[in-house]
Amino acid sequence: MAQMTMIQAITDALRTELKNDENVLVFGEDVGQNGGVFRATEGLQAEFGEDRVFDTPLAESGIAAMALGLALEGYRPVPEIQFFGFVYEAMDAISGQIARIRYRSGGTQSAPITIRSPFGGGVHTPELHADSLEGLVAQQPGLKVVIPSTPYDAKGLLISSLRDNDPVVFLEHMKLYRSFREEVPEEEYTVEIGKAEVRREGTDVTLIAYGAMVHSSLKAAEELEKEGISAEVIDLRTVMPIDIDTIVESVKKTGRVVVIQEAQKQAGMASYIVTEIQERAILHLEAPVLRVAAPDTVYAFTQAEEVWLPGYNDIIEKAKQVINF
Amino acid sequence: MKRTLENIENQFETFQILNEEGEVVNEAAMPELSDDELKELMHRMVFTRILDQRYMALTRQGRLGFYAPTAGQEASQLGTQYALEKEDWILPGYRDVPQLIWQGLPLYKAFLFSRGHYEGNQMPEGMNALSPQIIIGAQYTQAAGVAIGLKKRGKKSVAITYTGDGGTSQGDFYEGINFAGAYNAPAIFVVQNNRFAISVPVEKQTAARTLAQKAVAAGIEGIQVDGMDVLAVYAATKQARERAVNGEGPTLIETLTYRYGPHTTAGDDPTRYRTDDLDNEWEKKDPLVRFRKFLEAKGLWSEEEENKVIEDAKEQVKAAIKEADNTPKQKVTDLMENMYEKMPAHLEEQYAEYKEKESK
Repeated sequence: MAQMTMIQAITDALRTELKNDENVLVFGEDVGQNGGVFRATEGLQAEFGEDRVFDTPLAESGIAAMALGLALEGYRPVPEIQFFGFVYEAMDAISGQIARIRYRSGGTQSAPITIRSPFGGGVHTPELHADSLEGLVAQQPGLKVVIPSTPYDAKGLLISSLRDNDPVVFLEHMKLYRSFREEVPEEEYTVEIGKAEVRREGTDVTLIAYGAMVHSSLKAAEELEKEGISAEVIDLRTVMPIDIDTIVESVKKTGRVVVIQEAQKQAGMASYIVTEIQERAILHLEAPVLRVAAPDTVYAFTQAEEVWLPGYNDIIEKAKQVINF
Repeated sequence: MKRTLENIENQFETFQILNEEGEVVNEAAMPELSDDELKELMHRMVFTRILDQRYMALTRQGRLGFYAPTAGQEASQLGTQYALEKEDWILPGYRDVPQLIWQGLPLYKAFLFSRGHYEGNQMPEGMNALSPQIIIGAQYTQAAGVAIGLKKRGKKSVAITYTGDGGTSQGDFYEGINFAGAYNAPAIFVVQNNRFAISVPVEKQTAARTLAQKAVAAGIEGIQVDGMDVLAVYAATKQARERAVNGEGPTLIETLTYRYGPHTTAGDDPTRYRTDDLDNEWEKKDPLVRFRKFLEAKGLWSEEEENKVIEDAKEQVKAAIKEADNTPKQKVTDLMENMYEKMPAHLEEQYAEYKEKESK
């Protein structure tokens, strides 16, 4: 076991799979010699060579489409989109092409591609770096969308993503890259895609979150505990497909739910989750399911992040609302 | 040399071997083709012209669905495909069904593609091709990726892809040729310039006087070819293929061609934007007419042979339509089965619902 940050766990997962499978290719803008703008691919080109880990021209559409072309030749591409705000440039390649290839070829072709990309607020990035756009890709049949919140999960989920024979969008929250260390096994292991994790058990209210909001939810749960409210915190880990069984089981226990996301209220995954809960567990609900989300504006100018991003106080407030409904 | 637009454009003069009268005007560039191969090329062009006519008729009868007419582009489409090897990859646009057919896609599958049935998109085992791409430009960036893959594998084969004149305005067009150039990948990019993107003439796409010169922006070879001259198209593609497999990188080939029919059979009326004069001018350039003259002068082609091809084409179309008719209808559960290797829970749930509906 080693103490790792999330970024180190990600590098470790990439190294593991580059070693395990010669078809794994890591490429993108500055991921080669430079080791990535966040050092996620540091040392990988030196260890595995330019044929396996390489830089690309600056063009997201070309990068994602190249991944599909390489997949057709039997490779397992792991392209990087430098910041997920740039995904608009690659939307056709990802949602219009990669996601559809197995279906459109009648099951004869496939795209074992993992698209890695950082996103997320709270680190004062310039425009279109921090936007939460997981909702866009989660709406595309054919894609899986994974968002880890811990170093342990990041490694296990990334290895699973690389081994999946269908495309996975793997979103890495920038604020979580180096915010804490955790014990991460040095050997290889996997975390199943599509399975949530109960991070904290509770009996009064269920807090469902993903990404950085998992940690805000855990902090909110601690504060709520001081007031005698027992909150259960579910970390979705995969936002498409959603682990509906774990959610429903928790709802049946607590009867009260808040769904928490960093994305704007009209975006993200919260509405989808609320709908699933009301379809499957309405008779177990003591109160409406409420959402914590960012305001429906364009992502905040840097200096407005603090007042704009959802925080643990917002979670506490909504939790109390459903408790006192 | 002074760098002027004219100097650049002068480097992209139209490459031609046969003139409109079927006379060889560039003996030095004549590709090495046996008499049988020459006849096979003619066979394919005639067959494909008849196929186009049958497609149009069957579409009118409602027996086919989406179709983008190909008449006029036989030299451009089949001349390029004839220069390929079996292991080469084809990434076609939506008008490029003939190339797939001659590379090995059974005719009934082409018809199923037209109707909208997944079996039409299942390429036969060992055939390296994607089904026709609807998103204009996407096939270009993907072809760059395939070609980079071929290079990494050390294979002596190429990826060929096709777009039209309008498609050269897309970002993916440029990114595709630029990526292939940056990785020195074995790709052949074909631009079939039939002068119109639906109703928009090529002059409204760009101020560039040739489309071939767009290769300069990627730092790769570009060539403009008489796209109504099957020998010139074949020779240019053959050369591009040789360069590619020898590690000399990609080529952009512009074929100057024309579609005699509408953009698609989905209600487009070319009389709204094309003059009779222009149609007549291009009909004189018909690739079949000039190649027929060339072969007849060599004693390699007769009306009898042509009629045999025509009859054969009609028979094959009839049989293929029948086979398409006999293909089982698609069920929602079929579509679900082709989504993922392992169905996620939410889809599994829907699968059970539809399985039950289908059993009733």
